[in-house]
Formats: sequence, C-alpha cells, structure tokens
Amino acid sequence: MAEKKTIIDKIWENHVVHREEGQPDLIYIDQHLVHEVTSPQAFEGLRLTGRKVRRPDLTFATMDHNVPTKNRENIRDEISAKQMDALKKNCKDFGVKLADMFHPDQGIVHVIGPQLGLTQPGKTIVCGDSHTSTHGAFGALAFGIGTSEVEHVLATQTLYGDRPKTMNVKVNGPLGAGVTAKDLILAIIAKFGVKFGTGYVVEYTGEAVRDLTMEGRMTVCNMSIEGGARAGLISPDEKTVDFLTGRRYVPKDEEEFNALAGDWLALATDEGAEYDKTIEIDATQIEPQVSWGTNPGMVVPISGTTPSLDSVENKDEIGRALTYMDLEENQPITSIEIDHVFIGSCTNSRVLDLQRAAKIIEGKKVKAGIQAMVVPGSFLVKQEAEALGLDEVFKSAGFEWRDAGCSACLGMNDDIIPAGGRCASTSNRNFEGRQGNGARTHLVSPEMAAAAAIEGRFVDVREYGKEPQIS
Amino acid sequence: MEAIEKHTGTVYPLGRDNVDTDQIIPKQFLKRVERTGFGEFVFYNWRFDDEGNPKEDFEIDSPKYEGASILIAGENFGCGSSREHAPWALLDYGFKVIIAPSFADIFYSNAFKNGIIVIEAEEDKVKEWQEKAQNGDFMLAVDLVEQTVTSDSGVYKFDIPSYHKEKLINGWDDISLTLQLEDKIKQYEESGGRMGIS
Repeated sequence: MAEKKTIIDKIWENHVVHREEGQPDLIYIDQHLVHEVTSPQAFEGLRLTGRKVRRPDLTFATMDHNVPTKNRENIRDEISAKQMDALKKNCKDFGVKLADMFHPDQGIVHVIGPQLGLTQPGKTIVCGDSHTSTHGAFGALAFGIGTSEVEHVLATQTLYGDRPKTMNVKVNGPLGAGVTAKDLILAIIAKFGVKFGTGYVVEYTGEAVRDLTMEGRMTVCNMSIEGGARAGLISPDEKTVDFLTGRRYVPKDEEEFNALAGDWLALATDEGAEYDKTIEIDATQIEPQVSWGTNPGMVVPISGTTPSLDSVENKDEIGRALTYMDLEENQPITSIEIDHVFIGSCTNSRVLDLQRAAKIIEGKKVKAGIQAMVVPGSFLVKQEAEALGLDEVFKSAGFEWRDAGCSACLGMNDDIIPAGGRCASTSNRNFEGRQGNGARTHLVSPEMAAAAAIEGRFVDVREYGKEPQIS
Repeated sequence: MEAIEKHTGTVYPLGRDNVDTDQIIPKQFLKRVERTGFGEFVFYNWRFDDEGNPKEDFEIDSPKYEGASILIAGENFGCGSSREHAPWALLDYGFKVIIAPSFADIFYSNAFKNGIIVIEAEEDKVKEWQEKAQNGDFMLAVDLVEQTVTSDSGVYKFDIPSYHKEKLINGWDDISLTLQLEDKIKQYEESGGRMGIS
C-alpha cells in the first residue's frame, strides 16, 4: 500500500525543483500575487540587475493597501499615489497583469484570488503579505513572503524553504448556532497562543471545519499567521470544487475541469496519515469571541472578562495591554463601549460576511455617536452585494458603504481610527496603533460587529434580536 | 549583501515578548519605494508621542545605549505582518545582530536576507544579557563562524541553520545562486509542473 501522506507533504513533494542534502529545498511557485506596498523594492532590484520577470503569466497584481475607499479619483496622499504609480509602471515594464484602482477586478488580493479562480487546490501561492495563508482554504499551500523573496520569485519563479513540519488542528464537534468561523479561529489562538504554529504548516480538520462554507474556511486560514503559522490549509472537498466551478481562471471545458477536480480531491490528506503534531479543540464549547488586548491571543468569550493581573504569568505584557486598551482588570466584555465599527478586511469582507452582518442590522439603526463603515473586499463583492440590496440595508441603518480595499484594517489610506477611539473590527490584528496611532481594536465576527454598532457595546449575538419570551 | 563573520557591539535590551512588525515599523512609513531611510522611524509609536516628541519611558535613544548594534528582545520577535520594512528599519537604525528566545518565521527569514545575524538563544541566557544591559555599556561579541556569543561572563554557543550561516559569511545573494539552477527550473516547467510529479 502507498505511503499515507498529508496534503501538506503531497503539495510540497509535487513542487520540489531541486533538493540537496543539508540545504533547503528549492520549490516551484504556481501563483504569485503582488500588491503595491511590498513590491516596489523587488522590481527595483530586477532593474538594477537587468533581470526579467520569469513568468509574468503566473503573476497577478492589484492595488489594495493604499487605495482610498471613497473619492478614488482624488488621492490626497501624494506618497500613496507615488507607490501606486510605481506598481503601474512596474507592471507595464515587466509585462505583469494588473487590476489597478479603477479596474473591475480590483480588490483585496486575498479576496480576488479565490473570486477569479486563480486560487486552486494543490497550488503553491505566495504574496508579499502575511495573510496569503487565506488561500489555504482551497487546499493550496499559500504563505506570505518578504520583499527579497518577492524579488526571488519574480526572477526565478521559485523559493527556498525547509520541508515544513505538519500540524493537525483538529476541531471536534459542531459549532453552536450563532458561532462563526471567526469565533473558531479566535478561540484557537486564544487557547494555543500567538506562536503555537511557528515553524509549522497547519491543517484544520474535523467536523466543524468540514461544516464551514468556503468563506468561513478562508476566515480561519486567513488568521493562521496570527497563531504563528506561515500557512494554514484545509483539504479540498466538494464545496471547494463547487466554489471554483465557472470561475474565470479555471478550465472552461467540462471534461478538463472534471479531470482537474478529480486531481484536487485526491490531494486531501490520506486517512491515517501522520502529522508532526496534533492539537485539539472542542467546537461545542466555543462562544462568540472578542479580543480585549493588543495581540490576537488576548481574546475571551463574550460572557468573559478581561484578565486579572494576579492570575497571569506575563504581568508586564498583560498590564501594558490593559493600559493601552484603557480597560480595567476583570472588566466584563459586555461593559465595553465602542465608538467605531469596521466591517471589512481580507478576514471578513466577502458577500456572505456582509449578508450575515446585514441580517443583524436590517431594520435597525447604528447607535448615535458611532461611526460605522462597510468596506467590501473587492469591486466584484461590492457589485454582488448591491445586487442583493445589502448596501441599502447598511446605508439606511447609518453605515457608510465604501469602495474595495484593505482600509481601516491597517489604516494606510485615510480610513484611520482616531487616537483613543475604540473599534469593533472584523479584521485580523489588534496590535497597538494598527488601525491608527492610539486607536484600540477589538476583533470580532461580522455579526458581533453589527450588533455592537446598534447597541454601542458588545452583546452576545446569539441572544441578540430574539423576541422576549411570553409566558 | 555584505559578508559578515564577526560583530562586536553595544546591546540595547528591548525585552518585551511578541513584538510585532507594526511596532517595529508602523504602517504610515511603509510608503517609500526604496529599501533605505526607514531607521529614523523604527519603533516610532513607542519612541515618539503624537507631536513627534521623544517619550522618556522608551530608552532606545538614551545616551547609555548610544551606537547600540545588538538588539535583545523577548519571545516571538517580529510576529505579524510580512513587511521586510521591519528588518530594513532595524538595519538602517544600526542593528547588525538580533538575539531573542524565539522569532516569528517570516521575520526570521527576512532578517537573514538583509545580512542581519539572527540568534535564537536560550531564554535564561537572553534574560541574563537583558538584565546586564539595563545600565548601558554592555557589549557582546558575536562570532558567526564559531557560532559563539562572548560576554564578560563567558562564551555561549548557539545553533544556526547552516545555509543561513554560509550565505551570511559569504555575502551570497540567493537569486544568483538559484539562476545557476536554471536547467532544473526549466526541466520542472517542461515536466508539466504541479500535478505532473508525485
């Protein structure tokens, strides 16, 4: 009988171009995604050495980090404009396909990859962005790289890497009603810490993971890096194939597509394959989650409180986080009042995310004094959401409805949370100053962010909106 | 990349666990299209207040650490974003060596690619150096060939992946090395790629 392998080993072995004892493997890269912030120095490196982009056909660029989400025609920030002009010129000079700010395919690179069908099972996918792990939802080996590596991939279409150690994150049982993919990944990081995955590629398995939609799987894989894992993935199944059917960059011919889909499904981890490490979590115990601190491991259930300094070992770090967040010890999460709401980012800005938030919002109003905005992940998401009437739901509730981009997840454009502001955010990082210098971020699901917009504080979305019981 | 075998310098003891790359170089400084000029913005939000005045509780610019070129940090240094601007900023500020009990994967690889010596040392040892450097004027001597860090209290031997070591010592550039494997890359491409081999 053939050796039982994980999907991680299968993809890795499929891509080894060169192997030498004592050296990292040289692996082939099937898809290189490029954006404006981490690429200019890489293209400049090619120019200085007179090198070309080896495979422009396997390279796709867009603008997302810097783009304004309104009044796109008039960029006020000259340095941002210069960085985007640089990408435009680089793509033209080196023959790389670009979805620029005004292109109908423009959007957050991790939203458009799957949408266009560039993301496919079994591919190696890289991008100068740590949230490239998102594409792992499709059973691709996808990871973020630095700019030196971007240049290396542009020049050679390969990368050096050690064969990754494998970890199975096994999620037992189903998630409860009203508990989402975002809550699952936040709970995993809260339980195992912000570096449990360092040095590993993580595969998420188990009933709750199988039950997730492709959008939910993207949310989970997206935040693998917040647990230290450069890549996280999920074995492909029929849901994966269904999602990709008819997408622009998959084969149009039915026979060809079916054959490819067969190859994809065969990549799934073999029953009984061994991982270097397995960790487990019980999905049935997970509540909606809220981050209270300044890293994505500082997360508690909605029924919980901030920690008490007496009960923690890392008093300095916890103390500094409480001070930065302007929270007390043992403070109930439901007592935290917010003044900003951001629904968007590569974690939670897809049509399904917006639909789920809209369901909470419908017929209600954003609480007075709260600034709330929705930033769709791509132009295509925006169009589709508008066709469903979601823009009207958000706008009539008092949300701003913006154009696509990374926006307030990291505030490289004008979408910044002011110093001292407190934001319920569907993004992925609650680091100090992430959304704006002095801004305070609480990471939540789209549903929890929507409910917080209405109530002005965090509430348990599972109880939210239920009619009072008449006895 | 410049070759580097040995480095002796003053230590700046940052301490702190889980320092993310947003702290090393905040997003407002990521818009440059060059690799240089990031040093003055390193740890910006910890160093300066809203008006751009130095904050007294963050001592990196204190005279006692003047000319520091060795950074000592806590666990999981460089977590978060893949921005290579983080090692660019640290290097541009003057750091040639970073020592911590553990590093985030992407930062670890990014730093080596820019000629920074990245040393994973045992937690107790890192804490000892961290303590000793509190009053400034604490020097360490790093020998990459011998894989040692020497202080006034002795010699510490560290592990480092041999290929990183070799590249640093020789100042080799990855791309030039890989382009020598052109035949292999072509062969892989002609074999039909990802689904072709198993």
